Amino acid sequence: MLDNYFPVLLFILVGVAAGVAPLVLGRLLGPHRPDSAKLSPYECGFEAFENARMKFDVRYYLVAILFILFDLEIAFLFPWAIVLKEIGTFGFVSMMVFLAILVVGFIYEWMKGALEWE
Amino acid sequence: MMELLQTIEQTGQGLLGPLWLPLWTLIKIVVVVAPIMGSVAYLTLAERKILGFMQVRPGPNRVGYWGLLQPLADGIKLLLKEIIIPSSSNKFLFISAPVLALAPALAAWAVVPFGDGMQVSNLNAGLLYILAMTSLGVYGIIIAGWASNSKYAFLGALRSAAQIVSYELAMGFALVSVLLVAQSMNLGDIVRGQQGNYGLFGWYFIPLFPVFVVYFIAGVAETNRAPFDLAEDEATIVAGFHTEYSGMGFALFFLAEYANMILIAALASVMFLGGWLNPFHGWPVLGGLTDWVPGLLWMLGKMSVMLFLFLWFRATFPRYRYDQLMRLGWKVFIPLTLVWVVVIAAWMQTPFWLW
Repeated sequence: MLDNYFPVLLFILVGVAAGVAPLVLGRLLGPHRPDSAKLSPYECGFEAFENARMKFDVRYYLVAILFILFDLEIAFLFPWAIVLKEIGTFGFVSMMVFLAILVVGFIYEWMKGALEWE
Repeated sequence: MMELLQTIEQTGQGLLGPLWLPLWTLIKIVVVVAPIMGSVAYLTLAERKILGFMQVRPGPNRVGYWGLLQPLADGIKLLLKEIIIPSSSNKFLFISAPVLALAPALAAWAVVPFGDGMQVSNLNAGLLYILAMTSLGVYGIIIAGWASNSKYAFLGALRSAAQIVSYELAMGFALVSVLLVAQSMNLGDIVRGQQGNYGLFGWYFIPLFPVFVVYFIAGVAETNRAPFDLAEDEATIVAGFHTEYSGMGFALFFLAEYANMILIAALASVMFLGGWLNPFHGWPVLGGLTDWVPGLLWMLGKMSVMLFLFLWFRATFPRYRYDQLMRLGWKVFIPLTLVWVVVIAAWMQTPFWLW
């Protein structure tokens, strides 16, 4: 059983190596002549006005929070979906009750305007 | 073929003992990763050629015959460029972000079956593993945007993260309906579940057609491709999250994006288009004529068709506005896939279920 996960681990390591190796090669083969103008953050040729880590729209938080809710819901659906044939109508009906509650929440956030961007 | 592999495996085992397994796995991984890197390189050429032809111009045609050496020239150029690390950036995060973007994009390939049994690892939780790996890709983008300490990179990363996260939900629901039909998370079993005597009529794209469409469009949005490429909208935020990257740092983001595109194409083929199966299997005349074609070729052919769609979209559609993008994800795709999960589950309770 765990035998199957060894190639996966190795594959992830190869993936990391495939990312690190070109960076190292690029550093070795490319020129390296830093100066202060080259190293300043790009802002259309101006000096940077202020720190780039500025305030941003609260909607991004909202999207992140809603994402967690729905992603958890999907995580609950995964095991149910695999065994639906075995658990039959009872399993189907119980999941529909669960989904109905979530849909009420979804309609609420929709009506509240949480999904609006303008 | 299979006998040859078995002989190699036995002699290797005899010669190296416990060291053989890691070595053999490593060989398999290289056999998967090297063609992916090659495909990424030539996908960029294909993209430029196809875009060129669609816009009635020849595309790259100077470097090598028909521009065939263009990807090599691009690669060498990027390799020889200076890697600039902005003075106000968080250096460690800045360097690790491209690696974080590329590593999961490659690692997800561990479970993709290219033919019957042709996969590096036959995981029973294959689909879950793919979902986990593709979700990690967003870290590379948001870390790149944060570490750059540049306004454009920051805005691009925020947009991109919110977009990827939104479309991942639609994608997740699409996967749930595939699981419902296939009753397995093992990608090989999902393909075998589509086997039958009716060829392409047994594939899951027929009962799951709306989900198939949503999955593919969500895949385009996940990989930040046109028309959903707001994260690198050059008209408003320069190049988005990779504004500050140069040389190989930029190349890695590029590689990750294209590797993800090919992965989406491979997954769409496996889950909806019968993976390595012959579309005409069991048909009167065509079936007999095409059954000798190896499964690997069918798989690659299906992937190529899906990849062509990616390029076609880019040539055809204008870029979405951000509010339209979020509306499509949250108000169209999520309700649609959710309803289809319920429809499929209910359909499976009736005796009219055919797949």
